Amino acid sequence: MGFGRRWAVEFTDASAAPSSRDVPDPPGFTRASQDQDDSSVSRQKKDAEANWKSQKAWEVAQAPFKNLMMMGFMMWMAGSTVHLFSIGITFSALWQPISALQGVGKVFEPYKDSKVDLLAPKLLFIALNLGGLALGVWKLNTLGLLPTHASDWVSSLPPAQEVEYSGGGIPLH
Amino acid sequence: MAARILAVFLLLFLSAAPLGSSLYEDQVGLMDWHQKYIGKVKHAVFHTQRSGRKRVVVSTEENVIASLDLRHGDIFWRRVLGANDVVDAIDVALGKFVITLSSDGSTIRAWNLPDGLMVWETFIRGSKSSKSLLLSGTNSKVDKDNTILAFGEGCLVAVSSADGEVLWKKDFADASFEVQQIIQSPGRDVVYVLGFVGSSSFDAYQINGKNGEVMHHDTASFAGGFSGNTLLVSDDVLVALDAAMSHLITISFQGGGLSINEKPISNLVGDFAGPVEILALKLGRMFALKANKLITFISISNDGKLDVLEKINSAAAISDALSVSDGRHAVGLVQQVDNKVEFTVKLGNDWNTNLLKETINMDHQRGFVRKVFINNYIRTDRSHGFRALVVMEDHSLLLVQQGEIVWGREDGLASILDVTTSELPVEKDGVSVSKVEQNLFEWLKGHILKLKGTLMLASPEDMVVIQGMRLKSSEKSKMTRDHNGFRKLLIVLTRGGKLFALHTGDGRIIWSRLLESLRKSEACEHPTGLRIYTWQVPHHHAMDENPSVLVVGRCQQNLDAPGILSFVDAYTGSEIKSVGPVHSVLQVIPLPFTDSTEQRLHLLIDAKQRVHLYPRSREALSIFQQERSNIYWYSVEADKSIIRGYAIKRTCVHEDAGDYCFEPRDLWSVVFPGKSEKIVSTVTQKLNEVVHTQAKVMAEQELMYKYISKNLLFVATASPKASHEIGSAIPDESFLVVYLIDTITGRILQRMTHQGCQAPVHAVFSENWVVYHYFNLRAHRYEMSVIEIYDQSRADNKDVLKLVVGKHNLTSPTSSYSRPEVVAKSQSYFFTHSVKAITVTLTAKGITSKQLLIGTISDQVLALDKRYLDPRRSLNPSQAEKEEGVIPLTDSLPIIPQSYVTHALKVEGLRGIVTVPAKLESTTLVFSYGVDIFFTRLAPSRTYDSLTEDFSYALLLITIVALIAAIFVTWVWSERKELQEKWR
Repeated sequence: MGFGRRWAVEFTDASAAPSSRDVPDPPGFTRASQDQDDSSVSRQKKDAEANWKSQKAWEVAQAPFKNLMMMGFMMWMAGSTVHLFSIGITFSALWQPISALQGVGKVFEPYKDSKVDLLAPKLLFIALNLGGLALGVWKLNTLGLLPTHASDWVSSLPPAQEVEYSGGGIPLH
Repeated sequence: MAARILAVFLLLFLSAAPLGSSLYEDQVGLMDWHQKYIGKVKHAVFHTQRSGRKRVVVSTEENVIASLDLRHGDIFWRRVLGANDVVDAIDVALGKFVITLSSDGSTIRAWNLPDGLMVWETFIRGSKSSKSLLLSGTNSKVDKDNTILAFGEGCLVAVSSADGEVLWKKDFADASFEVQQIIQSPGRDVVYVLGFVGSSSFDAYQINGKNGEVMHHDTASFAGGFSGNTLLVSDDVLVALDAAMSHLITISFQGGGLSINEKPISNLVGDFAGPVEILALKLGRMFALKANKLITFISISNDGKLDVLEKINSAAAISDALSVSDGRHAVGLVQQVDNKVEFTVKLGNDWNTNLLKETINMDHQRGFVRKVFINNYIRTDRSHGFRALVVMEDHSLLLVQQGEIVWGREDGLASILDVTTSELPVEKDGVSVSKVEQNLFEWLKGHILKLKGTLMLASPEDMVVIQGMRLKSSEKSKMTRDHNGFRKLLIVLTRGGKLFALHTGDGRIIWSRLLESLRKSEACEHPTGLRIYTWQVPHHHAMDENPSVLVVGRCQQNLDAPGILSFVDAYTGSEIKSVGPVHSVLQVIPLPFTDSTEQRLHLLIDAKQRVHLYPRSREALSIFQQERSNIYWYSVEADKSIIRGYAIKRTCVHEDAGDYCFEPRDLWSVVFPGKSEKIVSTVTQKLNEVVHTQAKVMAEQELMYKYISKNLLFVATASPKASHEIGSAIPDESFLVVYLIDTITGRILQRMTHQGCQAPVHAVFSENWVVYHYFNLRAHRYEMSVIEIYDQSRADNKDVLKLVVGKHNLTSPTSSYSRPEVVAKSQSYFFTHSVKAITVTLTAKGITSKQLLIGTISDQVLALDKRYLDPRRSLNPSQAEKEEGVIPLTDSLPIIPQSYVTHALKVEGLRGIVTVPAKLESTTLVFSYGVDIFFTRLAPSRTYDSLTEDFSYALLLITIVALIAAIFVTWVWSERKELQEKWR
């Protein structure tokens, strides 16, 4: 060994493998502190993010409440007679919670994190949306569009057939 | 976002499209049509001398006086007299007045000739009814003050033609004196009044024409007695028949004294059998005798000698003599020769000379010539030309001149007896491409014009073109079925025995047919049509067959006369089959069953209350046998005040077609006390009415079950005094009782008395309600009442859960024998008009709200919302009731001028209104008839299920295009903006 080889260049990155390090670190550079510092900062960052995520998730979960209030106000404004405006409002009041419920996963997608518990916000979100739905249904009922009366079921029934048949009258003239 | 805007736009369009039930001016004629008729012409007077407008004044059997344009047959003016005001005679006086004598000779009226305004009116009040005669002295020179002699109610009256003032009056009050003729001698002011006293004495009065004093009275008796009418042959000779109808009597009465001669008819016409009749024609020293199915022309010479001139077939029509020039008379004859009509004008004085002989091609469907009126004109070569006004068997009126029919009027349509409808054929494979390409330019042009109209860019000329396009839209007059069911055939039966098929789109006649079986024949002397029924409506498996209708007629007027049945193809008008004369026909009951070829089973009831089943096929019989235990019928004997119910007992014993004839079994009878109650009106539901729901939902979601039964009969009876004219009874002795009777069991469901009210009663029955109209003597006003019937036995079906899961018996078949408990609600209102006819709108599924269609005394049709006749109306309806649409109660029903269906038109002599559902649920077709006919389309709840005709598709298209363009533009903008944002 020792003959033909005068010098060699090691292309492997030494920084990645501190154990095989035989070159001392440049002065002023302390590997340990950097390693240590790096990890603590990232942890801090991650915590903050998780915090932020959960906060946001709660915010998102509470968003339907505002909506609910808004809807309630709109419904009150619309009155209880059936016309284009009130029907439009009622149907949007029904549609918004339903579409929101369908996209629960999607809404909370950005806040997914192993450290964040999304269940509670999700439940709140669902509950609020169900509340909105209930409000819509209640509005539908006040508009008289729900078949809750006997008349709603009887109106579509055809008149009963008669067994007998008769005809006649004054003689034709 | 754009899609949402579009949706909002669409909704706005849809909600703005239906614009109420009333019409705008430019919508007149879009979906309605109106045709004016006059009826079968009785008398005609030409007015052609030196006046610019050549016209003929006619009076008709529909009591119409009209002035017609001789060039085109258009109506210059027309006056329709009341139903009881029968026109007896018309004449033109002084060249400017039309004089009419009507109401059995009690009313003389003068109408202004150019415009038909009434100038004066004079009534004759006599003591007895008599023949009515009018002499206006047209043949004498036009004096300054021409007097008119009129005879009516046993009085001879001289009236000044200028102002209708009665100059003198002579009452022939002697009961036995029966006036036959009046003659005014020309020049001398002497009036002869001739008549019979008893049956064997002849009297002649000479009366001074200036003051009405009797100058001379002659009497002569004739042992053989007189019969029938007399005819004035000339100024001094009268012909009559003796009582035995074997001798002809000539009476000459001038030159002092009467002389009576008789001559056996057999000497003139040879051996004859059957009745003899002197035709009521003024032929000038000549008369026509009808015997042996021949018409014999006989002339009378100055010394009373009778000569037979010619014998012709009795199917000819002969006109009165027309004085041509210098004392010569012309007589027009119209005879049927094969398929052609021969028009001959002969000279009265010289019978063998034909002034004119023309052959005219005549539509076979017009039948025989019934009447002819001739008129002459001077040709350019100074010779005489003749025109003839011809009345045909089907009541149509034709003008014949120079061997051609100049114009024709289908006046049979003025006397419609019954109406039915038929669907048009289904459209075969789409329109060919070439046709579309050919019309593409036109189509585009039309749409551009319409667009201009919508955007208010059109000039007045363009507007005229647009309006013309709308009115002449080919869409509505196509001969195929349309999606909405607006295009149909109206098949009408007229008194003349002719069937017409009218297109609902524009009212044109698709086909017309004089029914062979409703024409006079050996077996059937006086056939009349009665009703028309839908016989076969092919659909599903019998699609390639044509629909057909059943026409029911009768040989005589009396009820037990043999009946005639005729089956007619609804597309072509050809008579498929005719049966008859058969058993008598009192009633026809269409059954709710059809056989495999979609022929509807019909029961015909004869005078012995036996039923006859049609069609006579084994299949129909087997269908009927299955159902026969559930088939009932009833008869209303108005004269006896009895209603009887029947069921089938067994097949007839003594009858040829025994299998198809069934004997009745008496089930029940409702006998009204004949001394105090007389049946004035009965009404049932329409057979084709469809009821959508059995529930009536009221405010606060309350529920009531309607009592819906097709087997209900509404009967109105009145005290005998109250069944006559209004004013003939005092309130205390008149009352009206209305009944609702179940026609299966004879059970009276409801009875109600209206004190102090009286007939006439007009009623309409629909779903679970009856509306009827009568006169209240105490209030001196007409009233309308409504009765609504509800089924109490179903009322406890109110549990929602049970209804949701279907645990109820609401749709199971019901029987009248289960005696359902009913409650009735009723309310009455004043109504301003008297009513001629009343009916209700029918729609395809019965969802649309109803309107009552009322034919008013002014011959218009008024649509009145059923909501006005709601027994739940109260003075102060609650908020919930108001929301439901209950109108606050008022004492009288409102008449809103905009709700006249006939808008500015009149259906003169209105007799009936027929409603037919269209396929489109919101719409119903209305046909009203009288002397005129009128058709329109109604949407009682507005057209909620379609866009109106004037909806601009072009505008919609443009809106869509503009919105799409806007979407693209905004998209490009937003893209660009986004890019800029990214670069920032």
